[in-house]
Amino acid sequence: MSRLSRATEALALDGPTEPLLARAKREPARPTPGATTGGARPGSRPRRPDEDPPAVRWALVGFALLFLAAFVVLPASVVLVEALRGGVALWWKALVDADALSAVKLTLLVAAISVPLNALFGLAAAWSITRFRYRGKHVLLSLIDLPFGVSPVISGMITVLLFGAQGWLGPWLVAHGYKVVFAVPGIVVATVFVTFPFVARELIPFMQTQGAEEEEAALVLGASGWQILTRVTLPNVKWSLLYGVILCNARAMGEFGAVSVVSGHIRGVTNTISLHVEILYNEYAFQAAFAVASLLFLVAIATLGAKQALEWRQRAALRAAAQRNVL
Amino acid sequence: MSAAPRGRRGVLPGFGLSTGFTVLYLCLVVLVPLSTLALRSSALSWADAWRVVASPRALAAYRLSFGASLAAASANVVFGVLVAWVLARYRFPGRALVDAVVDLPFALPTAVSGIALTAVYARTGWIGRFLEPLGVRAAFTPLGVTIALTFIGLPFVIRTVQPVLQDLDPALEEAAAVLGAGRWETFRRVLLPAIIPAALTGFALAFARALGEYGSVVFISGNMPLRTEIAPLLIMTRLEQFDYAGAAAIAVVLLGASFAMLVAVNRLEAWTRARTGLA
Repeated sequence: MSRLSRATEALALDGPTEPLLARAKREPARPTPGATTGGARPGSRPRRPDEDPPAVRWALVGFALLFLAAFVVLPASVVLVEALRGGVALWWKALVDADALSAVKLTLLVAAISVPLNALFGLAAAWSITRFRYRGKHVLLSLIDLPFGVSPVISGMITVLLFGAQGWLGPWLVAHGYKVVFAVPGIVVATVFVTFPFVARELIPFMQTQGAEEEEAALVLGASGWQILTRVTLPNVKWSLLYGVILCNARAMGEFGAVSVVSGHIRGVTNTISLHVEILYNEYAFQAAFAVASLLFLVAIATLGAKQALEWRQRAALRAAAQRNVL
Repeated sequence: MSAAPRGRRGVLPGFGLSTGFTVLYLCLVVLVPLSTLALRSSALSWADAWRVVASPRALAAYRLSFGASLAAASANVVFGVLVAWVLARYRFPGRALVDAVVDLPFALPTAVSGIALTAVYARTGWIGRFLEPLGVRAAFTPLGVTIALTFIGLPFVIRTVQPVLQDLDPALEEAAAVLGAGRWETFRRVLLPAIIPAALTGFALAFARALGEYGSVVFISGNMPLRTEIAPLLIMTRLEQFDYAGAAAIAVVLLGASFAMLVAVNRLEAWTRARTGLA
């Protein structure tokens, strides 16, 4: 078990997002030194060998908090402050502007197409990789990670190279009256590429650790493939799947570079929220730009909140499972 | 690994369907589009490709992109190890919240980070106004680019070092203390060797991400050719001029560098695992 969890953890760590399982696991691993003696005054007892002097401790904590406050929290909070600078009425006015509304609609549409597609892929990839043994699995695993290493601008560019007027499929598309680049389909294609690994990245380590016993038991009891999937696998992985979907959705809604290349920036038609923010900002409509950006800020905060909630849930489930094993 | 399937592949149904769909989708979404890049840039002759890739403007853009990414990833190692240390080893009020805040640069869309950082570091901004009297100008300079890249890369180092510190066996430190090592010596000779591989992984991830970063940088950089123009922006400019082959040539250079970084990460992890015996 511990060997396996190490492996999944290492697997998990070479991507930008740290999977739920790995995070949930490392929390209850062992009580941090000092945790049990939190309230004790310095000098009231001998220090443990792995404990730092209180002065060092407080200096480091203070510096870290100050750094995070100035470097991370301050820029994040400036979004809300600038958005509400002219008052709530002005903030609202920027949001209900016709172009802003169509940007919101487009962003929701793009996420509604690309997230389910990549979730389906994630499920299929995780099933194939964690439930069967075959050659080339490791190559497949690293290929799934590929889009994480590609610059957003390049992600958008390959969509143009493929579907643009001078691209491979361009002439055929033009002849048949389809428009992909500088239109909504191009934005969807670029977003699907950028958000491609998120769900798979989450599900593969999780299903690896879980093992196939339950599914095999269902098979022995005569369940069909579909029944195994809907009654055993999906209920087992639902939280991990949801976690991946949340991360995938956050990226799909916030993507900027890739979408910027393929969109053509047609106001009210091919502008996502991110692109609308850019246009407003470049027109020196700062208040409106921050007002629209505050929508994406709220999506980010909601994402972090949901992530935290799922991690707590997972941690509680692991603890319960550990207790069951002890009894 | 999982529950020893008896057959050659395993006993569960759906191998063909799931593997077929995975490979097909992977090809359609990732491999075919990426291969267009190689083909498009090979449409240029070597001489033309060299003229594009090694033009003074492109060289200035690489210098800025690589230099700022290197500086940002190094800054991330210093601050990231510190924050990871504090989060992993100390208990203090609000620790859970601070732990969540660390993910903010990942969660925030890049365009939002971009305009927010510009607002903070502009001459009249919350931090910029204190830098101005010191003669330091952040917005629209290479320093601003570095700050933006440090911002978006910060979680990488923290999230790779933190679990290592948390899983470290306290017996190691106790043994060092029993053997007469001081706190500093224990840190230097016991803890640091454990931290270094994780910190290097975080460094490489942050560096690779910074090389390709676009959204959070374009607002704060000012985008002056030869001075504050990053390589991804140069690709964007070429695309806007419909010079696809030129854009593809620069993209290949950039992509090669980030993939080399990611391969280095994998090697590093394999090496660490082999060395520490954790498989």
